Amino acid sequence: MSDFIEPRKNSDLDINSVPFVEVNQPGPASLLTQAKGFWVTFSTMFKKNQTVQYPDVKAPTAPRFHGRHQLNRHPDGLEKCIGCELCAWACPADAIYVEGGNNTPGNQLSPGERHGAVYQINYLRCIFCGLCVEACPTRALTMTNEYELADDKREKLIFEKEDLLAPLRQGMLAPPHPMYPGMTDTNYYNGDVKEAHPSQQVQN
Amino acid sequence: MTTAELLGKDPGWIIGVKAVLVFGICVISTLMAVWTERRVLAKMQLRTGPNRVGKFGLLQSLSDGVKLALKEDIIPAAADKVVFIIAPIIATAMCFMSFAVIPMTGEVNLFGHQTALQLTDLPVGVLYILAVTSIGVYGVVLAGWSSGSTYPLLGGLRSSAQVISYEIAMGLSLVAVFIYAGSMSTSAIVDSQHQNIWNAVVLFPSFIIYVISMVGETNRAPFDLAEAEGELVGGFHTEYSSLKFALFFLAEYVNIIAVSALAATLFLGGYHAPPGLGFTEQWLGGWFTFIWFITKVNLFFFIFMWLRGTLPRLRYDQFMKFGWKVLIPASLVWILIVATLRVLQQEGASRVVVIAFTAGLVLLFMAVSSLVDRNKAKAQEPLADGDAPDFPVPSLPHLRSINVSGGQQ
Repeated sequence: MSDFIEPRKNSDLDINSVPFVEVNQPGPASLLTQAKGFWVTFSTMFKKNQTVQYPDVKAPTAPRFHGRHQLNRHPDGLEKCIGCELCAWACPADAIYVEGGNNTPGNQLSPGERHGAVYQINYLRCIFCGLCVEACPTRALTMTNEYELADDKREKLIFEKEDLLAPLRQGMLAPPHPMYPGMTDTNYYNGDVKEAHPSQQVQN
Repeated sequence: MTTAELLGKDPGWIIGVKAVLVFGICVISTLMAVWTERRVLAKMQLRTGPNRVGKFGLLQSLSDGVKLALKEDIIPAAADKVVFIIAPIIATAMCFMSFAVIPMTGEVNLFGHQTALQLTDLPVGVLYILAVTSIGVYGVVLAGWSSGSTYPLLGGLRSSAQVISYEIAMGLSLVAVFIYAGSMSTSAIVDSQHQNIWNAVVLFPSFIIYVISMVGETNRAPFDLAEAEGELVGGFHTEYSSLKFALFFLAEYVNIIAVSALAATLFLGGYHAPPGLGFTEQWLGGWFTFIWFITKVNLFFFIFMWLRGTLPRLRYDQFMKFGWKVLIPASLVWILIVATLRVLQQEGASRVVVIAFTAGLVLLFMAVSSLVDRNKAKAQEPLADGDAPDFPVPSLPHLRSINVSGGQQ
């Protein structure tokens, strides 16, 4: 008796096209084997349990865990985002909305010509796949390990640019401020700018 | 003085106090049982279980109860309203009633009155429990029927079939106890075990059958077919919400505690201490017997939890097969043996006769089991090929071909 189902031909379709295959049903296990199952559950009671007491104890995530996004800054405080919308185009869930804006001498938010004027991520839609991070040409968009993103209103889960921007670190100056004297956006991109210009720091 | 005489002298107010006590014990032990079950099952699955509300989460089931009571009470439009409301009341009331004849302590002093913590003592106490728990099934069946919905109806029907099947095995396993104790009164059965030896030892097969059928009787895993989540949503209580659902929940747990208490009473010596620890029964003015009783009930409750943590649910046909083809015949045969031995003992038969009878039984058992084995081997032999019928039938091991067009092949 063949132990596979033969492919059907339309010409001889009848009930015998499917061969009868007898399945060997294993009988009930022996009493000892069954008792072993009871021992498993009983002995498990005395093992250390795996529960993390979450709100009290917060276990660190894996280092590359996909959490909330962050919009990074250059070392002098200018934003890295140039408003190119590549992240929004890459997003499979259509969670990102970007509007670019022109940098003007009085309103220089990022190096070069353009900055992200509006930047929204809708965390009701985001699936945390990270394609936006891969798409970003300036490394402006990365992901943090923050995972506590629950809230009680839909509006609260649409994060604006201010919510996503990285905090100002030591030596950074809040934009808008002019680019580092003598540096181009290419220099910024290559990492030649290490801090805000001393003259600007004094101003603040 | 027997317990019945002791209880007969109770004034009305002490009966009232005892009724309230029994009710309170049932409700509080339900709350504790739910918490214990969730914690123990969690431990069996490497989890912690509820530990937020109150110390160690002890108040979790209380807060769940409050939450249930405050929820919206929905009665489906298709439901038979009167029966829909009555069903949970029947289920709950009957569970509490079965507790009335369980002896929970020996002779104790209750508010300056010498009595025992047992509401009443009937000469047919155990039969009364069986009757009352059977009426409790009406609650489940009527709930399933009156919901006006398919799954509850299926759950209710399954439940009735299940309880009827396992009630028979349960009742038969108790017959051996009646034969041995010579009484159907719970307190008399406890006394007879105190004078001799626990029924769990002498009537071990009955004990096993009772423990299995009490799980079937209470619709608990692995026999929880009436509320099989994967198949029937919630079973008979799918359409129930709020306090009515809470009543079913309460009924289930009181029922578990009631059958556990009955098991402790009939097989493990009731409120008496284990052999060798009899001196403890005088502690706390006799109230220590209550602790022994609770310990024994909890032992059975642990078995319930252990089963739930270990075994998957049975298929419906396996379940019925087990009940009707294994438990009932086994307990019938066992009753025959017990009755014969009992009669031999009472007629004053010599030891030789008893030993010969036992030896004969062993031989008979061996003969039957070897016959069964031979039948099994025979059943596994392939059948000879038969003539092909000239009407369409599905392929079978001995019929490989059919001829739809007619004629032999």
